[in-house]
Amino acid sequence: MSFLSRTDKNVLSTWFWTVDRTMLVFVSILMAYGVMLVAAASPAVAVRIGLHENHFLVRHVVVLLIAVVGMIFTSFLSPKGLWRLATLILGAGLFAMILIPFVGMDIKGAQRWIHLLGLSLQPSELVKPAFAIVAARLMAMQKEKEHFPGELYAAGLFAIIVLLLMMQPDFGMSFVITSMIIAQIFLAGCRFKYLISVGVLGIVALLIVYSSFDHVRSRIDRFLDPSTGSTYQVDKSLESFRQGGFMGAGPGQGTVKLHLPDAHADFIFAVSGEELGFVFTLLLAGIYLLIVIHGLRKMEESEDMFSILACGGILTMIGLQALIHMGSSLHILPAKGMTLPFISYGGTSLLSIGFAMGAVLSLTRHKKRARIVSRRVSR
Amino acid sequence: MASSRSLNRLSVTIKGGHGGSLEVARARILMMRALFLALYCVVAVRLFDLMIIQNIDLGEGGEHINVSHFIDPEQDLKVRRADIVDRNGVLLATSLKAASLYVDPKYILTPERTARALSEMFPDLSYDVLLKKFQKSGRFVWLKRGITPEDQANILKIGDPGLGFRDEYKRLYPQGTLAAHVVGYSNIDGQGFMGVERSFQAMLEKGSDLTLRTSLDIRFQHALHAEIAQTMQKFSAKAGAGIVLDVQTGDVLGMVSLPDFDPHAPTSSPKNTQFNRVTQGVYELGSVFKIFSTAAFLETQKNALSVTFDAREPLKRGRYTIRDYHPEKRVLSIPEIFMVSSNIGTALMGETIGAEGIQSFYKKLGLMDKPDIAFSEVGKPLYPRPWRDINTLTASYGHGIAVSPIQLVRAVATIVNGGYKVTPRFVLPESEERGQGTKTRLVSQETSDVMRSLMRLVVTDGTAKQANIEGYDIGGKTGTAEKPGKKGYDRKKLISSFVGVFPMNDPQYVIFVMLDEPKGIPETHGYATAGWTAVPTFARIVKRIISFQAIKPQILHNNDFSQKQSVSNIVYGGQE
Repeated sequence: MSFLSRTDKNVLSTWFWTVDRTMLVFVSILMAYGVMLVAAASPAVAVRIGLHENHFLVRHVVVLLIAVVGMIFTSFLSPKGLWRLATLILGAGLFAMILIPFVGMDIKGAQRWIHLLGLSLQPSELVKPAFAIVAARLMAMQKEKEHFPGELYAAGLFAIIVLLLMMQPDFGMSFVITSMIIAQIFLAGCRFKYLISVGVLGIVALLIVYSSFDHVRSRIDRFLDPSTGSTYQVDKSLESFRQGGFMGAGPGQGTVKLHLPDAHADFIFAVSGEELGFVFTLLLAGIYLLIVIHGLRKMEESEDMFSILACGGILTMIGLQALIHMGSSLHILPAKGMTLPFISYGGTSLLSIGFAMGAVLSLTRHKKRARIVSRRVSR
Repeated sequence: MASSRSLNRLSVTIKGGHGGSLEVARARILMMRALFLALYCVVAVRLFDLMIIQNIDLGEGGEHINVSHFIDPEQDLKVRRADIVDRNGVLLATSLKAASLYVDPKYILTPERTARALSEMFPDLSYDVLLKKFQKSGRFVWLKRGITPEDQANILKIGDPGLGFRDEYKRLYPQGTLAAHVVGYSNIDGQGFMGVERSFQAMLEKGSDLTLRTSLDIRFQHALHAEIAQTMQKFSAKAGAGIVLDVQTGDVLGMVSLPDFDPHAPTSSPKNTQFNRVTQGVYELGSVFKIFSTAAFLETQKNALSVTFDAREPLKRGRYTIRDYHPEKRVLSIPEIFMVSSNIGTALMGETIGAEGIQSFYKKLGLMDKPDIAFSEVGKPLYPRPWRDINTLTASYGHGIAVSPIQLVRAVATIVNGGYKVTPRFVLPESEERGQGTKTRLVSQETSDVMRSLMRLVVTDGTAKQANIEGYDIGGKTGTAEKPGKKGYDRKKLISSFVGVFPMNDPQYVIFVMLDEPKGIPETHGYATAGWTAVPTFARIVKRIISFQAIKPQILHNNDFSQKQSVSNIVYGGQE
């Protein structure tokens, strides 16, 4: 790394020596896994639906590069710049979500996508990390100025987002956002009795969702009792893990992807299971855990409530999304269409995760602490 | 550590002091880390469970997975049906594993696209019908059975999870129509429906280790098939039949019934093509029966060869008149009667033997009962009941008694093989015990010897001169019978047949050729009798056999019966 000397004072060098390089390594490993698995799984899907076999792979790589650039760009931002950008994205995202019922595309029974410049975007994906940052900002502000009703604003925003998500409907995303905000409230120091009340409310909400959305009910029913309906995707997914065994079939050698409609996205973990085998699949799961644990540990050193809340929310989001994806394909959770962060094919999801990770990197940079400390001292 | 200290302050309220809330946050970060660690441990445990423990449960390689809806408990591939080969191991019927395509409508992903792709691939599957099948409520609908590997690969490329395959065994008949009636056919479920496939069903369905070796020799079969088919076409015959039988063992070396059918698609040919004219059909074969009546005469009468009969006038018995086809109008010796095929002479022989004598002799040769052969399609002979005196006369020259060709050749084999019983067989025994086993004598050696000379005479000097091949000792007997019509016999509709044996001095093969309603052509001066139709066909078949069996020509003795000389010496002695 001679071209990035510690003594250099240019922007890139400063960034490199202050950024969380361990996290960058983890993210790079995930991206490598992702390209490999999409390369293995997507041709089968693409050919099946009449596209060129590299259709998804090329798009994945292109979007991944954009996401990396976005992540690095975001990681350069100051906390102020970050929450401004987040506010912008959140505003645009919410606007797009409101528009969706009028201009959106219906993909697989849910209206989540909006067509923009030849790309289909899923605004809710981008809203997720942006909301985490904005909510963190609002809550942190309340800590500083007693009379600022930040928590109320955050709650209002949350209500709007969940409402919009339920209109699509997108139960999985609502669940992630809800968990995220609960994690943030938890970190902000909310009393346990309130948290328990929220938990009860959450269960009530789940029951309402269960009884009012047919597709959610059928999925949960099927999870609880496989004989009630088709468990085709999960059967295939489990089959792929069993096939994989200790060594796996080898990258590209799997066959289950031929029978899984969403092998390149919602069931890419199953492809990993079959083709990479136990060791590398466990490693893959382990990296998500490392990202979460490592990120949270970094936050312990932080003196800034905003950083803690924002990172906490985002890391919860990433960790939980990965858990839900893995849990679905391992049949320890009801089947839920959820992308595996950094790995699954899915344009908006990649961009969103790039932005989210960029935010974490930005908030955990070394010099931030010095600057924040000095600001607090000056206050 | 700072974090463990802060555990005590977990419940500090949000509205606590600024530094305090950071302390709380740090404590709670620790809790979150623990929570995530625990959740990921669950994932790790589940991964271990699925990929290591359950993988081991699958056994070596973990190749076969029981995914409940894809593998039907009844799916287990049926036992592979045994192959059928000819006596030299040429494959006549085999079973190949072939995929059969079905649809599970529940999992069909893109019904229209898949239906279109399949209908383009298989013209016999229409788009509409496929689409309809895709929408059925069941979980299993056959689409097409027995597909080639190439088509299977193309179907897999469609990539619809609703399409599935099951391996089945498809029965293939590499010889096509050639031996259709002998081999028969079986359906996709392994049920034999005809011929050897049906007769040996129990053995065939037992499995693949066994190969059923038939007595058939595909070269004989081909010679028969090709020549009879050609003759049928030449004389516009309605049907034809032929059989080659080993006179010692009873092995059916070739057996043809035309028109025939494709065993791969038996129902696509007219129903009557499945009728086996050799074993099922019974015919009044006419003069070939003179072999048996003459033999009966030799067996029952003393000094039979010195007897002569008056054939100058048509024979009148009651309201019946028996005429000769080519009247000699003189007194004929027994060899002469046989050689010129005199109905009058033969009828008089029959009268001499008597009804009981003729019937018991025919019965002994197996001409009066359903033959006891191991074959599923067997016809029952027809003869007059009650048997009146005139029937004795007509039955002597083959009228009023109908037998199947296989019965006929079987009886002829007995007459020429030294007089032993022959049972036609279609399947070779595991180990051949040549010369062993008890032979049942039905006819005396002397009669057999004389009959061979007489049959040789028919070829050298009689009605079957066209069967003569220089250097080869061929004998036989022609038969031209009028078919029974609505009002008595129809002069225009003939059954022309020839039964030949060769080599006559040490008989090996008895060959029978029959044509149903051949029409005369200019080349034969309008004749469609056996001498013009069945005999040349027989000769061509024999020529083919001579060439592929590499039978050398030999210097032939003069037949002592020829030139109508004395009858005291017989060429074919027992010692030869």
